[in-house]
Amino acid sequence: MYDINHIYEAKSVEDAVRLRMEQPQATIIAGGSDLLISIRAGDLAGCDLISIYMIDELRGVSLDDDGTIRIGSLTSFAALTKDDIIQKHVPVLGEAADKVGGPQIRNIGTIGGNTCNGVTSADTASTLMAYDAIIELTGSEGKRLVPIEEFYLGAKKVDLRPDEIQTAILIRPESYQGYEGYYYKYAMRGAMDIATSGCSVNVKLSEDKKTIVDARICYGVAGPIPMRTRSAEQAVKGLPVSKETVEAFAAGALQDVNPRTSWRATKEFRLHIQGELARRCLTESINRAGGVWS
Amino acid sequence: MSEKQFKTINFTLNGKRVSTSVDVRESLSDMLRDDFGLTSVKKGCEVGECGACTVLVNGEVFASCIFLAIWVDGKDVLTVEGLVDVDGNISDIQQAFIDETAVQCGFCTPGFIMSAEHLLRTGKRYTRDELRKELSGNMCRCTGYQNIINAVEKAMNARLAKAGKE
Repeated sequence: MYDINHIYEAKSVEDAVRLRMEQPQATIIAGGSDLLISIRAGDLAGCDLISIYMIDELRGVSLDDDGTIRIGSLTSFAALTKDDIIQKHVPVLGEAADKVGGPQIRNIGTIGGNTCNGVTSADTASTLMAYDAIIELTGSEGKRLVPIEEFYLGAKKVDLRPDEIQTAILIRPESYQGYEGYYYKYAMRGAMDIATSGCSVNVKLSEDKKTIVDARICYGVAGPIPMRTRSAEQAVKGLPVSKETVEAFAAGALQDVNPRTSWRATKEFRLHIQGELARRCLTESINRAGGVWS
Repeated sequence: MSEKQFKTINFTLNGKRVSTSVDVRESLSDMLRDDFGLTSVKKGCEVGECGACTVLVNGEVFASCIFLAIWVDGKDVLTVEGLVDVDGNISDIQQAFIDETAVQCGFCTPGFIMSAEHLLRTGKRYTRDELRKELSGNMCRCTGYQNIINAVEKAMNARLAKAGKE
């Protein structure tokens, strides 16, 4: 039995918004794979919860008329990995989701929860940020769209207003069309682990596949929130596909990251792997995009 | 903790439609063990890491210790107890675990059996590496996994052969 004071069950998005306003003290629970563990540990003992888990309209991936990919916030990691739209347009997001925990967790955990708990190590967050995803929030006055970089305010803090729930994550066509990406999770174990650091890179190449038109990179656990390293991105725009370009990318990334020492790894070790992750992820993204190396 | 808060839920449990009044604060593993006596559902770590509590919800593997019981309303739940046939015979996967000595203390076994049941129902042929990945949410501190993989592979091969895929 969990030490929960009361559970308010939302049956629809409108219901959830109403409950948010009526019960401002309550915490939103989606899949619960983080929250129930915090409750069990006593950190949230005696809390009130608003369960949004049964709102099926928030599940699934669809393609809007303008080509925007719409991911319902309650879509599980496993459902994301298996989804045809994700596999076709942003396979790296499905691959990143497949790195979370183990199979049982991937059926329970949701992409909305992964972003709303504001954790830097979240496996899907770095890829979403590397694709300039947009967070859709629904509140009493309707929908609000926030770029994911602005959604993260600080460690475990996100821009979710007291009357809102997250209802979808959007990826615009200009953000994914022509891009190929790769995510690397560096952890101590192959499964059931939290990333020591993670890195998601995607790249758009010129028509002859010899030049980088655009490259984006986002780290997990390089700072308190998922972090884009713009120095790396700017360093390689317009450069030829080459080993030197990959080195310039890694050097740029290391100018911007700011990892900390924790019980999982030291700052120095994280810096070492973060340089290597930039190299590997850019190289693999280029290869996936059919790059011609010089 | 406040006074009891009950909710009536309806779901399918091991092939039978059931209706029950459950405390909204119970985990799925609490409900299955305490209200239905399905003690194959083991409580190991209770934080979703060990897989001993694995059950199938709508055919997918779930860690029942970190899933609220009220959330299975309208869904289909399967535990090891639901694998026996009408005559009480154990399933092919259970027999394979016995044949391959994939059981020592046995605590993790029901969870492994349910993860394996999910895999074999897909009708796909998995490599040993794929089996390791698919079973990575289940932990065993006795066997070293080798015999478990052997057992799942054996049951998989037998089912595929029976389905005429070999």
